[in-house]
Amino acid sequence: MLTILVDGIAYGMLLFVLACGLAVTLGLMNFVNLAHGSFAMAGGYITVVLVNRFGVPFFASLPIAFLASAAIGFVFERTLYVHVYRKSHLDQVLFTIGLIFMSVAAVDYVMGSSQVFVGVPDYLQGKFDVFGIGIGRYRLLIIVICGLLTLALQLILTSTRFGSRLRAAVDDSRVARGLGINVNWIFALTFAFGSGLAGLGGALGAEILGLDPTFPLKFMIYFLIVVAVGGTSSITGPFLASLLLGISDVASKYYVPTLGAFVIYTIMIVVLIWRPQGLFSRTASR
Amino acid sequence: MTPSPVAVRTATEWLAARARWHPLEFVFWIAAFAAIYLLPDRHLILTEIAWLGLFALSLDLILGYAGIISLGHAAFFGFGAYTAALLAKHEIINEPVLALLVSACAAMALGFLTSFLVLRGSDLTRLMVTLGVALVLRELANRYGWLTGGADGLQGVSVKPVLGMFRFDMFGHTGYTYCLTVLFILFLIARRLVNSPFGLSLLSVKGNPLRSSAIGISVDARLIAIYTVAAGYAGIAGALLAQTTAFASLEVFSFDRSADLLLVLIIGGAGYLYGGLIGAIIFKFMQDYLSALTPQYWPFWIGLVLVVIVLVGRDRITSWTAPIRHFAARLNWRALARRIVASTERL
Amino acid sequence: MPVVLETIALVKQFHGIVASDNVSLQIEKGARHALIGPNGAGKTTLINLLTGVSRPTSGSILLDGEDITDLSTYKRVRLGIVRTFQINQLFSDLTPLETIGLAVSERRGQGLDWWRIVGSRPDLVAEVVEILERFHLTDVIDQRTAVLPYGKQRLLEIAVAIACRPRVLLLDEPAAGVPEDERHEILAAVAALPSDVSVLLIEHDMDIVFSFADRISVLVNGALFVEGTPEEVAHDVRVKAVYLGEELVDA
Repeated sequence: MLTILVDGIAYGMLLFVLACGLAVTLGLMNFVNLAHGSFAMAGGYITVVLVNRFGVPFFASLPIAFLASAAIGFVFERTLYVHVYRKSHLDQVLFTIGLIFMSVAAVDYVMGSSQVFVGVPDYLQGKFDVFGIGIGRYRLLIIVICGLLTLALQLILTSTRFGSRLRAAVDDSRVARGLGINVNWIFALTFAFGSGLAGLGGALGAEILGLDPTFPLKFMIYFLIVVAVGGTSSITGPFLASLLLGISDVASKYYVPTLGAFVIYTIMIVVLIWRPQGLFSRTASR
Repeated sequence: MTPSPVAVRTATEWLAARARWHPLEFVFWIAAFAAIYLLPDRHLILTEIAWLGLFALSLDLILGYAGIISLGHAAFFGFGAYTAALLAKHEIINEPVLALLVSACAAMALGFLTSFLVLRGSDLTRLMVTLGVALVLRELANRYGWLTGGADGLQGVSVKPVLGMFRFDMFGHTGYTYCLTVLFILFLIARRLVNSPFGLSLLSVKGNPLRSSAIGISVDARLIAIYTVAAGYAGIAGALLAQTTAFASLEVFSFDRSADLLLVLIIGGAGYLYGGLIGAIIFKFMQDYLSALTPQYWPFWIGLVLVVIVLVGRDRITSWTAPIRHFAARLNWRALARRIVASTERL
Repeated sequence: MPVVLETIALVKQFHGIVASDNVSLQIEKGARHALIGPNGAGKTTLINLLTGVSRPTSGSILLDGEDITDLSTYKRVRLGIVRTFQINQLFSDLTPLETIGLAVSERRGQGLDWWRIVGSRPDLVAEVVEILERFHLTDVIDQRTAVLPYGKQRLLEIAVAIACRPRVLLLDEPAAGVPEDERHEILAAVAALPSDVSVLLIEHDMDIVFSFADRISVLVNGALFVEGTPEEVAHDVRVKAVYLGEELVDA
């Protein structure tokens, strides 16, 4: 059972790293970016190509995946997304669905439609033996990396100038602008950073989640669940929601395999009915 | 104080004009029915356009008229499809029209039960909840493969002749006539609905729900009502698909179907009932053309179309068709008809 | 005069801010009752509580002695409690004809009629036009509300409320933001309200308040401060102090 817990925590933390960019974008710009998974997919495929084809060491490829996804995110934000901010939620949904379709088809064309695997180094495969229970090394790595990332994020948000400017802009962008905070720049940087994190998550997650061109579609609902259940006004909300989701998904697939994902969707619907603004958010959603 | 007769006459005339049939509408339906005789070799794709148009019409009812964004409208489509397919396969109801009515009721029941989910919450909540419902249904259909045929789909469905007389053929002749007739009847009902006081209240709920409740409208009740009706329409569209193809598979519930549906409605324009129908025509021909060019990667072009539409702006696109509509409204239709009749008499 | 609408010890608290503090207000039948107070005193909050847009933290609201505290907004409207909004809440894509038409048809219980074409009932159209004429809106009868000048929108806001045939009408700053030269139409409409309708008026313009009201309640920091006839309130020293020494009425 501990294995399931560890698996669930790893899965949950991975989900958090993947989805927190979406939470911040939604909270900051009130923008529903359904295509967030596409940036994760980009990071994943970049790592696959670097490690498998160019022999780049796994750990070196992770920062590259982050930076590359962040760069892609930055470019897309400045050229395309910026025109859609003021449009209705319906337009945003249509726009990002269009981007998903394009990215899925493009990756399918370039990389083929079968699932790809990262050449994870040998010392990360297999299990550690802890008190007679096998804990996957890779999963442990994920917990460590994602845990560090979460702490770093929390630190940035609470202790840096950028963090406080970001929080101000999330709270009320008009007032923030009035205070002289360059909100557009914050949008761009945050979007890039969120996309970078997604890319890193995709790189880390390729091994566990399975990477193929339909990744953005398959996991879109998971990211949305994290954001909807966790709310967008803090980091801890999505973090707890991700853990909850990760553990319950792994547990339900193990204990009640015949129901599988059905449990997750039903939990989501129930939570959203009960608390439309999310389980953990402070204030009602806009 | 009695109102001035002039003002009353102006008001009455304006309201009547609001609901009056526009000449282009006659052209549209005459062309649609004429295609039964004039385009027999295109009946297969026309059948698809007919039920897709109905599906998009059902989305228009909730999106264009009540402002509910749904990413899971395929839930009702699929539910209707499987109901009709199962009724036919197990020979529970052998007459397609009757089966259609039963499928409609089933879909409406599902719509009513899930309507409570879309009453509260922001746009994002609604997106998620509707998406969740469709995914749940897909999962259920997958798990209960002994009933639904699972991932392979429901095999061995044979659909009996419509009204006991019109057998389904592989060229789509019966299929098209059947689907078009159903579409037309449902369209007429929808047209009455949106031009009624109820329809006006939907527009008010969409525009300003706070104000609506402040004039005594129960916003929740109206939304539940239209959501249920729209679910019924979507279920009928799904049932038509199942009956004309004698097949049903998991992808009737898929996200792709709900996403494509949004595109269909947006291409044609939401909020005037014809958007779904026109969008279905454009989408199907576009899909036909693009699939022939790039069979595997045509979603890329669909995605591009979506992105471009949003960037250009949906209002700007509908304003391009405005000149046609103005021209049509200004034409002297009586004189034109007289001239056509006169010239055919000379032949 | 019997009390039509009253609140009993109404309290509304938002996260530590007390917006309504133990308000016990009585509105009599046929009243011309004004509610005044400095900005942020909680006047609109009180209207929101009376109409069901907000729910009170404690206390109750009675209509003709019946407890309506838990009724939703639309049900209160059907019982006759109607309000106008301080910031126009109209249907920007509908025309005045459609807006009033909707209000009238809802009042007549025809809101669920999905078969009849809007405008096919001559008596309904006649009533709608009569209301539009009363509020001088017939010249913009077929224009989208979004393009109407602000004064016309304000008139429409009041017309919609009247179309609901209210028993109790709550007017939230009806003349707010209306240019000087268009105010008289608003004021005339307010003055011409039927005498059996009980009116609660929130206003900042003291000329309007004193020409309209036969009873004034002063709200300060969410609590009822002073109540009485216009003369009593005008000469009350505490009221003058609250308004920072403003001259309310020529002595």
